[in-house]
Amino acid sequence: MFSAARRTALRAANGIPKATSAFASPYSPSALQRLLSTLAILEQREGKLNHGSLSAVTAAKKLGGSVHGFVAGSNIKGVADEAAKVDGVEKIIAVDNGAYDKGLAENFAPLLVENIKKGGYTHVIVGHTAFGKNLMPRVAALLDSQQISDITAIENENTFVRPIYAGNAIATVESADAVKFITIRGTAFAAAEVGSGSAAVEEGVDPKAEALAEWVSEELAKSDRPDLATASKVVSGGRGLKSKEDFDKVMLPLADSLGAAVGASRAAVDSGYADNSLQVGQTGKVVAPQLYMAVGISGAIQHLAGMKDSKVIAAINKDGDAPIFQVADVGLVGDLFEKVPELTEKLKSS
Amino acid sequence: MSSLRILVPIKRVIDYAVKPRVNKAQTGVETAGVKHSMNPFDELSIEESVRIREKKSAPVEDICVISAGPPKAVDVLRTAMAMGADRAIHVDVKEGEELEPLSVAKLLRAVVEKEKSNLVVLGKQSIDDDSAQTGQMLAGLLGWAQATQASEVKFEGDNVLVTKEVDGGVETVKAKLPMIITTDLRLNEPRYASLPNIMKAKKKPLVKMSLSDLGVANERRLKIVKVEEPAPRQGGGKVEDVDGLISKLKELGAI
Repeated sequence: MFSAARRTALRAANGIPKATSAFASPYSPSALQRLLSTLAILEQREGKLNHGSLSAVTAAKKLGGSVHGFVAGSNIKGVADEAAKVDGVEKIIAVDNGAYDKGLAENFAPLLVENIKKGGYTHVIVGHTAFGKNLMPRVAALLDSQQISDITAIENENTFVRPIYAGNAIATVESADAVKFITIRGTAFAAAEVGSGSAAVEEGVDPKAEALAEWVSEELAKSDRPDLATASKVVSGGRGLKSKEDFDKVMLPLADSLGAAVGASRAAVDSGYADNSLQVGQTGKVVAPQLYMAVGISGAIQHLAGMKDSKVIAAINKDGDAPIFQVADVGLVGDLFEKVPELTEKLKSS
Repeated sequence: MSSLRILVPIKRVIDYAVKPRVNKAQTGVETAGVKHSMNPFDELSIEESVRIREKKSAPVEDICVISAGPPKAVDVLRTAMAMGADRAIHVDVKEGEELEPLSVAKLLRAVVEKEKSNLVVLGKQSIDDDSAQTGQMLAGLLGWAQATQASEVKFEGDNVLVTKEVDGGVETVKAKLPMIITTDLRLNEPRYASLPNIMKAKKKPLVKMSLSDLGVANERRLKIVKVEEPAPRQGGGKVEDVDGLISKLKELGAI
């Protein structure tokens, strides 16, 4: 109902040159605020809500305006009901169709396009995860919008902050698009908690677009340790570990003594010491735990991009001149094959 | 399977080993006099395309590389041809008028239609802007299948099987041509261009085009308000031994 008017109003507001907008716009900031509405896209896997994806709700709430959540997949009711309990969410739009289980962009994108059009949203947010990265640009292109990737802060409804050049520069950008498509950095927006909210669950439109690709199989690394992306402590190993056997022998007990997730540098992954999914860096995962312990990692730009927002960084390296020591809050120069087992023992007994 | 006409979009970026510096005006990073090279993920795209031809895993009719950027983008196009691409297209875009991913995707759509490409292989992201959008946007605009963050590409009959890097592991998807693939680090190890091949590449065809030739405007949707250095992190110094490490971590409240 309001959607068309809402879009037109925002377009008009956007169309006014920046210099005059403060005076010429017929819409006061508070009026504009009321016109805002955000769709937060949530992830699910095998009927379980991915709680990490609730970061999108946190970011949506920061924008102000109404917040709707979106989920799709087979037997989606349970997921939708759980997401409906998140405080501050007005509505959950759910599409029950097994064709969306694997999040294939080819049919998921048209699905979102239809629901975004119907809801008349001004903002669409998803995590900068494998799912979000694959899907969102396709949706943005279908609606002729220039996506804003991997944001770390929201200045106002048009202005966002994002790291560029592997985090070596921080850009503030202002979007002129009528609908803003945004992927968010999970470590910059804590996941909203499932609380006692009671959002309405509404069935979304299902265009049943053709899936041009077919999901064949998956192989996920199994681990009992905390998830790397969300862990409060991370211990990470690099080339200094020398082999996969040594990596496992040295790093895993250390991780367990701290209750930490295990990460790795690209060098360690490329050398086959650790699984690809453990890579921390510009081209791997970005983490920002309470404690990041870098073991046998020199601290290349690429790696720092993935961990330099950690609260406390500790480094153990035998090269006292390694760049990692320039960012570490506490550094220990020494042979990791001696120091780490000693540290593990002392942590266990303390 | 029909013969592959592969299009490989590549980008000239500040070399990955260089630490970029924000310019004084806070409008971007300093690019003058800074070493540039091919975006590392784009090297993987070229390598994979050349390997498809060499391994005869599918018939390859043509490998065309394209770059949109200032005249110096020709350097990376020559490198790509020295690695094995057959020909190149340079879309001239003035320094300081860089295209946003959506405009690049529109430009590539026009080129795909013109060149009758049926496979486009792109890097998963460029290491300057870190957007990770162009491949997916192009797939959307063309209505093609997409496989992002590929670590393995196989051809089976009419199908292309792509193993993708996802959070927590890998996933395999299957699609028919035409399609879009974006490359991830584990896909292959790009070759170095040998001197004879660098010489040969100088004779390979390179066509120059403008945005208007392709009917695309450089329409910017995002205005850069400012670019800043990230808050510097102060190293906290070193400790002598493991006990010192533990007590410092306790002091910092990390354990």
